[in-house]
Amino acid sequence: MRELVILSGKGGTGKTSITSAFASLAENMVMCDADVDAADLHLILKPDFKVSSNFKGGYEAVINPDKCTGCGRCIEICKFDAVKELFEIDPIECEGCGVCVDLCPEQAIDFPEKLCGQWYISNTRFGPMVHARLGIAQENSGKLVSLVRQEAKKIAEKGNFDLILTDGPPGIGCPVIASIGQATAILIIAEPTVSGLHDMERVGQLSKRFNIPAMVCINKFDLNLDQTKKIEEFAKKTHIAVVGRIHFDRTFTESMVQEKNIFEYNPDSQTGIEVRQVWDKILSFPLFNTPVANNILQHL
Amino acid sequence: MIISVASGKGGTGKTTVSTNLARSIDQKVQVFDCDVEEPDSHLFLNPVIEKKESVIAPVPEIDLEKCSFCKKCMNICRFGAIAVLKKDVLCFENLCHSCGGCFEVCPENAVMEKERSLGEVEHGSSNGISFIHGRLDISQVMVPPIIKKIRSYTNPDIVTIIDAPPGTSCPVIAAMNKADFILLVTEPTPFGLHDLKLAVETVRILGIPHGLVINRAGLGNDDVKIYSEKENLPILMEIPFDKKIAKIYSKGQMVVEQLPEYKEKFQNLFNKISQLVEKGRQEK
Repeated sequence: MRELVILSGKGGTGKTSITSAFASLAENMVMCDADVDAADLHLILKPDFKVSSNFKGGYEAVINPDKCTGCGRCIEICKFDAVKELFEIDPIECEGCGVCVDLCPEQAIDFPEKLCGQWYISNTRFGPMVHARLGIAQENSGKLVSLVRQEAKKIAEKGNFDLILTDGPPGIGCPVIASIGQATAILIIAEPTVSGLHDMERVGQLSKRFNIPAMVCINKFDLNLDQTKKIEEFAKKTHIAVVGRIHFDRTFTESMVQEKNIFEYNPDSQTGIEVRQVWDKILSFPLFNTPVANNILQHL
Repeated sequence: MIISVASGKGGTGKTTVSTNLARSIDQKVQVFDCDVEEPDSHLFLNPVIEKKESVIAPVPEIDLEKCSFCKKCMNICRFGAIAVLKKDVLCFENLCHSCGGCFEVCPENAVMEKERSLGEVEHGSSNGISFIHGRLDISQVMVPPIIKKIRSYTNPDIVTIIDAPPGTSCPVIAAMNKADFILLVTEPTPFGLHDLKLAVETVRILGIPHGLVINRAGLGNDDVKIYSEKENLPILMEIPFDKKIAKIYSKGQMVVEQLPEYKEKFQNLFNKISQLVEKGRQEK
């Protein structure tokens, strides 16, 4: 079983539009939305939210005013400035480390488990899908990303699916790192802008650090051919495979407005043809097809 | 006045709005790029960097000669960053949140502070704009301490414009919290609207006055406008979907410099924000 994780570094380069298009091309696969912060894949894939579970991602310190003597020990030890003057804990600042809970001389601080979000196993017209919704202003998105990926893997193993298609989060931080561990390969969707280049370089470095083979696809490539060339040069230099270019047009947005992927909306569009070519290239990418090589990489 | 420019969805135009806004107003201004995973503002403002500092977090290192293997450090650590073995103690610094619990509880004074680099903060200036941004080290995950470091340089006497990261979780909160105004940037598409709703929920939890910029207006459909009306979310500016603007952006150029008519539009945006901040203060 293989897992392809779609990343970009910079947001808004077309990760989700392209992932949803791949859903029409990939066979025997499980979809996974690992952008738990601002998940959008469900807007196109329309999952049925068949099984819903709570995600308890951490704890939250709460001072019991009946027991609190106002000694100030918690204010003194909290490294996150979460204890406010009148001995109330700001839930937004609280890191959930529990140090105040353990060290309060009056044992006046409770530490309830916090509901941080919801995760779902669904059916879609393309196959099973695992996805989630992190609660607003919550932490531990990395933990939730790991959870949805594990569940997708379980479904794939149980149902003999051979591919997991994971729509990743933007950036290079905690949720992104959680989305790539043990993946077979990463596909970076880059846009030909100075910021698109800058941001894909950082994702490229991250993939090297974690020894995951990477490919890059340039979306809206004709917006700026100089930047497109720079992205391809950077890819060559750092052994990232270039798997294609996609034109800048409105077809993706039009299909999104219709809540369809590009193949359902207009399969014969130029964009559609280009996405199909990208998919074929990904399937023929050697490191995406040699489980042995991949296993070696993972053990390095 | 602190204006934080945010959006749920990435790539809607936060950096375009924050840098062009900063370039347009006739007041002293500082720009803080708090998207430390992927900082891009410097590519448009081209600041001269004058100072660099690293952001470090204290992590534990155990002095095995003093350690009595009592496990108190392991037991207080909620993040599984310390494992006490029979004759050794392992510290996993990537799991450490630097809460300081292990330092507090060790009866033998065996926990020593080691420095772990999270990223760096650079200070500079760009034609009168004071500029600070942060950059997370590759493979590090602790974003909020870098944002807090940047924001510790807030000058209350001038305008501060924060370029926030996308999303709705802890890094975004660190970039929005205690701002006087949150300027949300979206695009009029189903993805843009869905993530805008999440961003509005976040802003409402924080209770900060806010308004909307619709970027790439004319691209998708009218649902963002319908939502804004229903939710009393003021639309402060619309930037049309225009390949000319996309091309300017792609080269790292400033819209207000290439299309000077935008300078007045961004000044108007700033005036509307100032009025809303004033109104919010009076209501308080």
